[in-house]
Amino acid sequence: MAEGHATTTNGSSRLQSNAPTGDVTTGWDRHKFDLKLVNPSNKRKFNIIVVGTGLAGASAAASLAELGYNVKAFCFQDSPRRAHSIAAQGGINAAKNYCNDGDSVWRLFYDTVKGGDFRARESNVYRLASVSTNIIDQCVAQGVPFQRDYGGLLANRSFGGAQVSRTFYARGQTGQQLLLGAYSALMRQVDLGKVKIFARREMLDLINVDGVARGIVVRNLITGEFESHTGDAVVLCTGGYGNVYYLSTNAKGCNVTAAWRCHKRGAFFANPCYTQIHPTCIPVSGEHQSKLTLMSESLRNDGRVWVPKNPGDSRAPNEIPDDDRDYYLERRYAAFGNLVPRDVASRAAKKACDEGFGVGETKLAVYLDFRDTIKRDGAAVVKGKYGNLFQMYAKITGEDPYSTPMRIYPAVHYTMGGLWVDYNLQSTIPGLYVLGEANFSDHGANRLGASALMQGLGDGYFVIPYTIGHHLATSKLPKIADDHPDVRGAVEAAKARVMKLLGIQGSRSVESFHRALGKIMWEQCGMARNKVGLEQAKRDIAGLRDEFWKNVRVTGTGEAFNQDLEHAGRVADFLEFGELLANDALTREESCGGHFREEHQTDENEAKRNDTDFCHAAAWEYTGGHDSFAGEKEQLHKEPLEFENVHLTTRSYRE
Amino acid sequence: MSSSRGLNLTLKIWRQPGPNARGEFRTYEMKNISPDMSFLEMLDVLNEQLIQTSEEPVAFDHDCREGICGMCSLMINGQAHGPDRATTTCQLHMRRFSDGDTIVIEPWRASAFPVIRDLATDRAAFDRIITAGGYVSVNTGNAQDANCLPVGRDRQEKSMAAAACIGCGACVAACKNASAMLFVSAKVSQLALLPQGVPERARRVTRMVAQMDKEGFGGCTNTYECEAACPAEVSVTNIARLNREYLRAVVVSEEGV
Repeated sequence: MAEGHATTTNGSSRLQSNAPTGDVTTGWDRHKFDLKLVNPSNKRKFNIIVVGTGLAGASAAASLAELGYNVKAFCFQDSPRRAHSIAAQGGINAAKNYCNDGDSVWRLFYDTVKGGDFRARESNVYRLASVSTNIIDQCVAQGVPFQRDYGGLLANRSFGGAQVSRTFYARGQTGQQLLLGAYSALMRQVDLGKVKIFARREMLDLINVDGVARGIVVRNLITGEFESHTGDAVVLCTGGYGNVYYLSTNAKGCNVTAAWRCHKRGAFFANPCYTQIHPTCIPVSGEHQSKLTLMSESLRNDGRVWVPKNPGDSRAPNEIPDDDRDYYLERRYAAFGNLVPRDVASRAAKKACDEGFGVGETKLAVYLDFRDTIKRDGAAVVKGKYGNLFQMYAKITGEDPYSTPMRIYPAVHYTMGGLWVDYNLQSTIPGLYVLGEANFSDHGANRLGASALMQGLGDGYFVIPYTIGHHLATSKLPKIADDHPDVRGAVEAAKARVMKLLGIQGSRSVESFHRALGKIMWEQCGMARNKVGLEQAKRDIAGLRDEFWKNVRVTGTGEAFNQDLEHAGRVADFLEFGELLANDALTREESCGGHFREEHQTDENEAKRNDTDFCHAAAWEYTGGHDSFAGEKEQLHKEPLEFENVHLTTRSYRE
Repeated sequence: MSSSRGLNLTLKIWRQPGPNARGEFRTYEMKNISPDMSFLEMLDVLNEQLIQTSEEPVAFDHDCREGICGMCSLMINGQAHGPDRATTTCQLHMRRFSDGDTIVIEPWRASAFPVIRDLATDRAAFDRIITAGGYVSVNTGNAQDANCLPVGRDRQEKSMAAAACIGCGACVAACKNASAMLFVSAKVSQLALLPQGVPERARRVTRMVAQMDKEGFGGCTNTYECEAACPAEVSVTNIARLNREYLRAVVVSEEGV
């Protein structure tokens, strides 16, 4: 346990998972039956606030409105259609077994638990696998143009961490098409008067009344006005925290602010150290780099990953003969080859570069080569499958991937940690539900490709519509007036923070603080972590945070469209959150999934779990005041994880 | 990056403090810009410089920076999203420009997209058009098995090509009439081509077109600037389909629109 965290609760009474016991395959049905219902004519009496309009938020808002609830949906973008789910490329998993290759709900469940390195809750994962098939049906009914075969039936491809083809896709734009499907369902409810959209609004605080989540404070990003919105439940669908690393595949606006404000108001934050570094991204080209671009994992179906056998080989890639190439994934992982899970592929790339085999100007890249596929199938077939990805690569790098291998390197992509939720997706604050990437529940320590879309839509379409009713039916929820002291208090606190940021008038830009934080996180808390580095990171982050509050320069005013101010608020929260992430990584003395502690590895440099001491979710409770931050006020609670169906084993993708 | 490759550029940027304020072009000199930078990274560098001199940074919309969210939106030397075909502003790279160039940067120009500040505009009109009918009326629930609705591959690919629209508004900005026909036709086509979209096709097209007109977008005069500017390569053949769908709806449909 880390210094300064005096209290640890093992099997904390504050963490009631409310998961059904007994046969995992019938658990969700039994649980649904036990949940109280709100009768149809009463639903219109309840108001629900949904924050974020990505796959989880849009699907939840639309589905809740269809049931009859009144929904207010918020997003910081100018339209709900722009949430970052839109950028997901490769596909969405579903256990349809259309390919007749032996897939089943049980296999998807098994693959996901194993892929997550046994750090997810079995009951949640089984439910996710079982609703996966409904998701595809629902999306097709909405008019999502999934790829089809000539007979008119749906096509599939394979993804990392699985030996069956269960991934549905729409070109390399699957996230876009799924999000536009959910967005269209959402806008239909706007037309029917059941949803009101509040775009260009940023959530800055949670309103709790008598310990129950009853509303949010937002800033109107165009006028700068602060608004309070109250209701009977708050559904947070605000995505992940990858931008704590500054450089990531996230959109520039992605942030942890909404989740972090909820954390500081009492919601436990679970497993923040579980971050996914995606193996196939376009490498950094220089100091100006503002974000990183992912090349879909689906490329590993046909592309072969290699580095030269001789370190520093200066020949052009096409001039290096096969004998001088090391196809290291195929060599080390015979069974899965280039399709090993993301964490394994990323670490293997890092290892190759650390040992001096890296390629390109920076030597921080490996090759992803389509030469053999193009020779076998022809360039036209490759273009049909990956055309837009190849085009994107060419635009960014100025190189032609049809004639020269792509250079790729891992980058921060997804965060498995998030606010702790029970089986109903309710956080430790009653009435606050957390969906999609913002929660911690389904992916354990590593997410498999094409599973994020599945989880976001599963939570929104097929879980929250059932579970939220139980809260509404069983809680006393008196109407909250706008002048309620808890509402006014939250609004004043949010205003004060903004005024404080504007008042510092220092000399260093927000951007430069964000870059500095990202550098600390990537170097000490990235693909490989160790005790000394993490302790240093905690000190460095705290130091940077102190400097931020003394010396940041935020231009402009609070009463106008001010992107510098928006960014400042987000960076301020990352500077607190980053310390918790480092601390969680320090506390988890094992390697699992995306969390790799150098002290804990096998002789073959694979992750070495410690199931005796760490087979739990680590949920952090903030016990300090919400208007300041002190890392030592984070108190650890543990939710033990039990594996009754997929038995604890060491993951192996070798044979 | 060797400094010898760096570009020196003159930027002329539209600055407008608010929706009702008077705007003007201001000139900024940029030194030693790496050709590997994206266009927006070049603007990031400018903004860092402005912050150091206490001038307010240039407001511009952006988010994913990988060409899919549709948030970025700049007229670059008079062209929506700049000189490269099928490329959003965020995917445009500085290697496309030459040392000594002057680059004029403006917001989308259309009365239906009012300026919020500097280069950022309000495109909520697009959301209202989708709200009028850009969907299949299906609730979440037990939809039939996905393979019960076979869709021929050619039809699916045409539908997908229309569905690829990112909703950025370049089509409107590029059109001399500020017409939104390409945007509307993309959604109408996507759904008209699929069996799921057929039952309400007449209602959809009439309502979306009515909303488009109400928002103040201009009419289509077939100049195809929209197609040339579209980063998602949505084809003007969709506009022809939109016209057919509209005609069908008002002349022969039995849907009772």
